[in-house]
Amino acid sequence: MQDRYDVVVVGAGPGGSSTARSAAEHGAEVLLLEKRSEIGAPKRCGEGLSVRALAELGIEAHPRWCVNEIWGARIVAPNGKSLEVRYPEQVGWVIERKMFDKHLAVMAARAGAEVRTRCEVVDVLRRDGWIRGVVVESGGERFEVEADVVVAADGVESKVARWAGINALHRLEDVDSAYQYEMVVELDNSDMLELYFGNSVAPRGYVWVFPKGRDVANVGIGIGGNVAKDTAKAYLDRWISSNPRYRRGSVVEVNAGAVPVGAPLERLVGNGIMLVGDAAHQVNAIHGGGVFEATFAGRIAGRVAAEAVERGDTSEAFLSRYAEEWRSLRGEALNRIYRLRRAIERLSDDDLNFLADVLEAEDVVAFANGERLGKLAKILMRKPHLIMAAKELM
Amino acid sequence: MPRRVDRNACLSCGGCAGVCPSLAIRLEYGYRLVVDPERCTDCGLCTVFCPAGAIREA
Repeated sequence: MQDRYDVVVVGAGPGGSSTARSAAEHGAEVLLLEKRSEIGAPKRCGEGLSVRALAELGIEAHPRWCVNEIWGARIVAPNGKSLEVRYPEQVGWVIERKMFDKHLAVMAARAGAEVRTRCEVVDVLRRDGWIRGVVVESGGERFEVEADVVVAADGVESKVARWAGINALHRLEDVDSAYQYEMVVELDNSDMLELYFGNSVAPRGYVWVFPKGRDVANVGIGIGGNVAKDTAKAYLDRWISSNPRYRRGSVVEVNAGAVPVGAPLERLVGNGIMLVGDAAHQVNAIHGGGVFEATFAGRIAGRVAAEAVERGDTSEAFLSRYAEEWRSLRGEALNRIYRLRRAIERLSDDDLNFLADVLEAEDVVAFANGERLGKLAKILMRKPHLIMAAKELM
Repeated sequence: MPRRVDRNACLSCGGCAGVCPSLAIRLEYGYRLVVDPERCTDCGLCTVFCPAGAIREA
């Protein structure tokens, strides 16, 4: 490891690896640091990724981490009514994050970035109001690494940005608590995602069953920790024990996590610093997916970081090119999806049952991508007590 | 008094560090949760957040 780089990226999740790869491809000398000993583990993810997202990211599906094809979804309302859609073609994958994340880090290394695991960043270097590098702890030693640009891709823990003076705190009302078992269980359909809604099942969230194969699935829950009466684990355990099939299932892995479900941060850059992925709150606030958003943002951030280094201008003004470009491509969509989340969390179980009666499964899938929200607003307007919820969407 | 971590229940997800307003929680090398008693204001947000119920009052 050198004592100075053009760009230091903190965190080797999809956002960090994507940034590092992109910056290296555009000519920068890059260091990518991961505090854990293994990239991608433990996973904090339901592992669903759409075919469309992969295509947009220009990443070729590989059988090592694309472990199961998804062709549709089943959405279950609080009263048990289910909406089902099966598309004429494959729409998604369930992936193996351990392999996927490592693959992205390998791609970054192949592009020329230096990748180091078990290197924890414990502070940033500041000089005259600029961020000039990081303080690293590794193997019991503490040392400084200077950089023209520091990229905070340190996930939901996101301390780098906060040390740098950017208010990236996750407000409790804007982060969901998640818990998940990877289970061996008898499945009806191994090519369908299943989602279970209801305020007693998962307040402000849902239970998911994402099949990883014929008889293996991620069975997880996300809830609003501040609105729930109990822990995410307790809600999930209750759901599992009330379903005989899952109650009998074996557990081969257990995960917990925090899912940012707020609006993306307004401020994504400062002098010598950029924020990417969960650290920038770049997540779909409805389904909680962040892999696509982080990887997509990282590609832009890496390119802009390399350009800034080449120009010798790593000021907030120059780095804002990343923020502006990202906002024009994804910012608006994510803000729209955030407003949808605000609308949905006003709904009672009766309201959710009503929606299940008037909607098709395709609508729900579209809503989760921030589409057809006008249609949803119109439906909500039919019920006087839901007008406030409808207004969130306008 | 800082919060107490039940190491058997903690799955090292790090969400508590993200919601801690005082930057008092460190996930050492990604695995071991450490609460800095100097910084912890005992606000309890980490306890409300924790999906596993692993952070308790001391």
